[in-house]
Amino acid sequence: MLDRKIFPTIEEAVHFDLQLKNCDRFTLDNKVPVYAMNAGAQDVVMVEWVFDAGNWYDKQPMVAATTNFLIKNGTTSKSAYQINDFFEFHGAYLNRSCYNETASITLHCLSKHLETLLPVVREIIETSIFPEQELGIYIQNQKQRLSVNLQKCDFIANRLIDEYLFGINHPYGTYSNAEDYDALNTDLLKAFYKQYYLNGSCKIFVAGKMPTGYESMLNKAFGTLPLHADAPVVVEHPVVTASQKKVEIINDENGVQGAIRMARPFPNRHHPDFQKAHVLNTLFGGFFGSRLMSNIREDKGYTYGIHSYFQNHVHASAWMISTEAGRDVCAATIAEVIKEMEILRNEPVAQDELDLVRNYMIGSLLGDLDGPFQLIGRWKNYVLNGLDENYFYKSIETIKSVTPEELQSLANTYLQPGDFYELTVI
Amino acid sequence: MIQFDRFVLDNGLRVLVHEDPSTPMAVVNVMYDVGARDEDPAQTGFAHLFEHLMFGGSINIKDYDEPLQRAGGENNAYTTNDLTNYYCQLPAQNIETAFWLESDRMLSLAFGEKSLATQRKVVCEEFKEHYINKPYGDVWHKMRSLAYTVHPYRWMTIGKELSHVENAKIDDVKNFFFKHYRPVNAILVVAGNVKLEQVKRLAEKWFGPIEMGKKYERQLSVEPLQTEARKLEVEANVPLDAFVKTWHMDARLSPGYYAADLLTEILGGGAASRLYQTLVKEKQYFSSIDCYHFGSLDAGLVAVDGKLVKGVSMENAMKAVDEEIEKLKATKIETKELEKVINRTESVIAFEDMSVMSRASSIALYELLGDASMMNTEFQKYQAITIDSIHDYANKIFANTNSNTLLYHAQ
Repeated sequence: MLDRKIFPTIEEAVHFDLQLKNCDRFTLDNKVPVYAMNAGAQDVVMVEWVFDAGNWYDKQPMVAATTNFLIKNGTTSKSAYQINDFFEFHGAYLNRSCYNETASITLHCLSKHLETLLPVVREIIETSIFPEQELGIYIQNQKQRLSVNLQKCDFIANRLIDEYLFGINHPYGTYSNAEDYDALNTDLLKAFYKQYYLNGSCKIFVAGKMPTGYESMLNKAFGTLPLHADAPVVVEHPVVTASQKKVEIINDENGVQGAIRMARPFPNRHHPDFQKAHVLNTLFGGFFGSRLMSNIREDKGYTYGIHSYFQNHVHASAWMISTEAGRDVCAATIAEVIKEMEILRNEPVAQDELDLVRNYMIGSLLGDLDGPFQLIGRWKNYVLNGLDENYFYKSIETIKSVTPEELQSLANTYLQPGDFYELTVI
Repeated sequence: MIQFDRFVLDNGLRVLVHEDPSTPMAVVNVMYDVGARDEDPAQTGFAHLFEHLMFGGSINIKDYDEPLQRAGGENNAYTTNDLTNYYCQLPAQNIETAFWLESDRMLSLAFGEKSLATQRKVVCEEFKEHYINKPYGDVWHKMRSLAYTVHPYRWMTIGKELSHVENAKIDDVKNFFFKHYRPVNAILVVAGNVKLEQVKRLAEKWFGPIEMGKKYERQLSVEPLQTEARKLEVEANVPLDAFVKTWHMDARLSPGYYAADLLTEILGGGAASRLYQTLVKEKQYFSSIDCYHFGSLDAGLVAVDGKLVKGVSMENAMKAVDEEIEKLKATKIETKELEKVINRTESVIAFEDMSVMSRASSIALYELLGDASMMNTEFQKYQAITIDSIHDYANKIFANTNSNTLLYHAQ
């Protein structure tokens, strides 16, 4: 008779021997580095051009983001429509994203079309023209989108908490206002483009089932551009934290939920505490079985979800707790978060719970290493943060070996409610 | 071409196995043939609330998540108007844990009052977060009840109103479970680094002893042919005027479905699509516009929605949308435009098939539709669509009498 109360035997994930598949590296004629993960069963590829062109280099708000967005909206020989139609005809996706330090252009396509598509990506990087009309449409639509977003409590909360942590003039703390869009003009975009894209510092990441000869395809299209691999000029931005720690805002009188954000400054990935704190964070609010989820969602039912995480910045991070809770239980939710911090400070985590977290983290890491796109994503993260595979192996070692005492001591250092901003936006 | 094997247990549970030795992971996907369309109109939102309760402990296992996480696994689930799907991914060595967990909750839930009480609250917060506390959050509540008069697609999976979820009783939960969550109404897909023989043995061991249950025979009211255009105007505290317009389209397995899918691509697939290029870029009547459908299994809706540029009148904006639709009805599309949307479809399928998890849920979905092997002939069905069949279908569905318009005015 089958006894369903007995767990099937498992192989503990902490005993797995995880290996990070190496990526191929080579440089184009102009020294631009290429990182490649040539693998996968499906005939698809991804190419990402990463420029040191994030809002870290803004001299005026929104210039970096707008340049990135409009870079494919017209070249000397093609209109925005013709460019879009060309990629869409081949079933390809050409996206762009602007982050804090970097900004990128990303191509996803079937392997068989790569050779046809690359020259047009080159054309965009080499001859983008930023038409007045495209900027006008963009400004109008972004302002409209902003007006809708400003009604959302979570949107407001995300903006304000970053401002408290870093200051409104810091790239991590800044956010868009309608006036910033109005102040944009095409000369600003063209100058930014020329410095940070056309003559910019660039890294290329490729993954998927690469067609034969893709190395020379890349070199032919991008190796002769004035791109380079030099580090950008160092720009410093002073962090200015807010003095008031607790803030409550009513954005919508009729709101039925409040967006809660609690956050404290935290060092970047190079800090010796970072990886251990990652384990503590997982335990605290980093997965479905975390203390915050178990208590505040699964026991109290105050929210659909509550999470804690480290913000993904290069220079500095922040430890953040984020949730949307019923309007009448916002205060109770904050009280429970504080209580969970206190428990982590006062009591060492039980071995059994820590074992579960370790296994969960390793299992999830194993899943994250599955597939070429995931693998290149991890490598990209390491490269852009000045890390290498040692970070990966050290992080596994930390997950396997961190002790309850170490976690408790970290909790005492970092999970002090007084160090956290506490923001509720209704 | 996605390879798989299929066998059926004595209790009617259909099991499909997709071997992929290139991954260290295994995926266990259980799809139940029940969605919001199977709900009582007085108890809407139940299929989705039920999905939450499936994580609140089963007859022999106090907690679903904990043992799975201990085995290095992750899981989630979703409910649609048509079906409910549960999936987990874990290191292949530990796959038996997933069989143990999934089979126990198919055998019977624990039906704890506490779990029900908490999840009612959690779902109410989910309702608020997505549909009440968001500008335009109620658009699809209104559109569904405008477009459907009798078919249960007239409500959303989250439910028609909060009170339906708030009033759910433990007896309702039990009845729902034993009516729908039986092996005979379920499909199990196991994919990844697994072997057919291993899956057979584990499926027999864990799912074999569960009572078959009664096959649920779906008898839904058929939505009568719409004969008159419907229109609803509302005012709300939003910054921009907006609209949604829908037309009834064919069910998932009809040839018309593929034509409808390509029509949405022509109109709204990407920045070079017709609506975006004409109405956002050239005329600048809208700051955003989209065209899509939900892939519904019963006859669904083709939808166009957009937000108006401030200062543009609703009347002019809607006229411009109608002109684009009329163009499709009057003039056949060019070969190149057909080629483009077929290429886009080819690409979407290739990218979807990259992850084992997505392959597993596709296999389950096509099996639910009648035969998993249809997933391998899907692209051919798109390739069979011609310029003429698109033209005919546009003329069939884009009749004014088949349309529903929701005009959403900013106060």
